[in-house]
This record gives sequence, C-alpha cells and structure tokens, in this order.
Amino acid sequence: MSRKRDNYDTSRWKRFKSWLDGETDLLEHGMEAHEAVMRSQDPVVMPVHGEGKEILKAKEIWRFKRFYKVMSVLLCLGVILVLLWTVASLPITGDAANPDNNEVVARYIERGLQETGAVNIVTGMILDYRAFDTFGESCVLFIGSCCVLLLLRLDGNSKHEELEKLVAETNDRHYEPKDDIILQKCSCVLVPVILIFGIYIVLNGHLSPGGGFSGGAVLGSGLILYQNAFGYERMGKLFTEKVYKRTTLCALTFYCLAKSYSFFTGANHLESGIPLGTPGAILSSGLILPLNICVGLVVACTMYTFYTLFRKGGM
Amino acid sequence: MNVSLLQHLAMNIEETASIILFGIGFTILLLHPNLVKKIMGMNIMDTATYLFLAAKGYITGRAVPIVVDGVQDVEAYINPVPSGLVLTGIVVSVSTTALMLALVVRLYERYHSLDLDEILILAKEEEEQI
Repeated sequence: MSRKRDNYDTSRWKRFKSWLDGETDLLEHGMEAHEAVMRSQDPVVMPVHGEGKEILKAKEIWRFKRFYKVMSVLLCLGVILVLLWTVASLPITGDAANPDNNEVVARYIERGLQETGAVNIVTGMILDYRAFDTFGESCVLFIGSCCVLLLLRLDGNSKHEELEKLVAETNDRHYEPKDDIILQKCSCVLVPVILIFGIYIVLNGHLSPGGGFSGGAVLGSGLILYQNAFGYERMGKLFTEKVYKRTTLCALTFYCLAKSYSFFTGANHLESGIPLGTPGAILSSGLILPLNICVGLVVACTMYTFYTLFRKGGM
Repeated sequence: MNVSLLQHLAMNIEETASIILFGIGFTILLLHPNLVKKIMGMNIMDTATYLFLAAKGYITGRAVPIVVDGVQDVEAYINPVPSGLVLTGIVVSVSTTALMLALVVRLYERYHSLDLDEILILAKEEEEQI
C-alpha cells in the first residue's frame, strides 16, 4: 500500500525538483547574501542599423564562428597528436639512464651539501647555483602585483573614480555579515597557528621540503584570513600600502645585492666571508636562509595584495 | 626495440596523461567563449606542464633530493632540476593568472559581459561609432 502524498507541495522532493528546473533559488532565503549592485557606468548603447545589413552581419558572424570552431578543433587535435607522437619517442619514465640525468645533476647531488651547505638539494640549487633565476621569479611576482595594481586600483583622482571607490567600499562587505563572531573566534585560534607554520616553512627551507615560495603563500593566506575576520581597519594597523612597498623593495634589493656579492666573489675566486655552518643546523648554509626570508616576504605581500586589490581595489 | 607506439605511450603514462590534460586546457582556451573559463583552461595547461616536468625528473625507486644520513650518492636521489623548474612555473602561472583576471575585471566593468564574442562585437561597434 502506498502512502498518501497529500503534502507534495512542501516536500523536499518538490523543492529539489524545482531547484533542478531553475524555478526557485535555494539560496534566496537562507543566506544573508544580497543581489550584486552594478557599478555605476554608462550602459553601452547599441547602434541601430538597417534590417538587411543586420541580418547580413549576423550571418557573417555566424559563419565566422562556425569556421573558428572547426579550425580550433582541428588545431587542438593536431597539437595533441603531435605531442603524443613526441611522447611516444621520449625515453621511458623513471629510467636512470635518461639523458636528463647528466653530469650537472650528479654534481648538484654529490657536491651540493659541501658547496651550498643546504641539506635540501633543491633549495641549494635554486637559491645558490641558480639564485638569479629565483631572483627573476620574485621580480615576476612583484611586477605581476604592480600590473594588477595599475589595472585595479581606484585612487580617487577624479570625481567619477571617487564615486566608484565609495561604491566599492560600501559593496565590500555587502555579501557577508559584518564582524561575524564565528569567523572571528575561529581566526583567533587559526591565524597564529597558520602564521607560525608559514614562518617555520620559510626558516626550514634549507633543511626540509618548503622554502620561501610555499611558506610565503601560507603566510599570505594567514593574512587574508585575518583580514576577512576583522576587516580593513584592524588590518590597516599592521599592513598598509606603505608597508607593502617598503617590505618588497627592501627584500628584493637585499636579495640582489647579497647574491651579486656572492657571485662576484665566487667568479673571481675571492674569499666571500660567508660562513656555511654545520649542515643540518638552522643557522647554516650561508646566504640561503636570508634569501629564503626575502622570497617569503615578497610572496606573502604579493598574495595579500592580489586579494585586496581584487576585493576592493586598494589596501 | 620493436615496441609499438601505443605500448610506448602506456609506458610513459604520466607524460601521456599530461599531454591529454594539456590538450583539454588548450581546447577550453580556444573554444570556450567565457573569459574566466579560458583562464581556467590556461591553468589546466600549466598543471599539465608541471606534471610533465615532475614525471621527467622521476627515477624509479629513488628518494626525494634531501640529504639523509650524509648519503650523497647519485644513485640515491631523483633529479632535482625539474623540481626547481616546476617551482618557477608555479610562480609565473600565479602572476599571469592574477594579471589576466585583473584584465577580465576591467573588461567586465566596461562591457558588462564575460563573453569574448560579445565583447569583440561591442568593441567593434564602438570603434565604428568613432
């Protein structure tokens, strides 16, 4: 005997079905989210054309789209086939006799500990043998954040931009409750742990897996969590645009000068006077620890800057 | 050495997978009209490159290149160079992704659309008006 379904209209199944069909939005009532407010901007006015011309144009666009799709599928298939063909003639994965395991790698592994003092060979490689490569990477991050700053910053020079800035600031906390107590209590516990863990990863870059890039990313995420919980006013005491500029600039300059010095003395067979220390100790391996700290600072600042710029266009 | 093409592909399974991922990313990049999804496709391509590099650096049965107990034999560790290259790749992809997303934000503010075709049409009409 089947049960009588007299309350179908209020059942879960009905709600699920109507959500699937797109008739209702489940988030409409339960969440505190609001409708996104469009930024004030003149709407783009569509020019009015003659009817015949319009149809011709639409046909042309349709034809171009069709052509583009066919050609891209062909191109993609071609690229995949050519690359697969290349893979088929590559040496087998995991074979020690592969040509990429050459004398350079042997040198890094056999002499790396004595020459760089780093237990982690990868760190020794990227921050000693190939330190300028890593310097370039840090600069890429810095230039990336500068470009995002150029594109997204609202500095309120003109009246229009000032208005936009105001709108961005009022919209900033529009989608979420202000001063959420759960988030604040959780981040009270979590942020110190995250920051300490990030500092640990940065400082142990030459001893264990990790280093400036991964540790910096962890630090940046801790900063972002703190900012989310306590807002811009509290964060402004710790981290402003000025702090960002100074930290990044100092870190990059120190990196450049220190590594230039060590390369200069190394190339001319001079005594650099940088002690390597006992391998495995935290204060060892010469310049690698300070360079790791520099990289970590740059990465943490850049991550946080990306976040704030995307969120409200300023720090 | 009479190994067929498919057998060789199966032996290089990591590289094959990375090429297929790369192809998926490339197809999304070309065919999806939504700009944000194009960026996702680009990121899939990045990931495929990391997988490829990591697979090239791996040597069966060897350990991570962190010196343990003073063992400094070439036979003990995998190739450290691709690991460094992957690190470079990750950093560059983070920067380019942020830059592309910022450009998309600006485009959306101007045209109120994420569809590349729509944006192109609107931009062309704007040009014609001038």
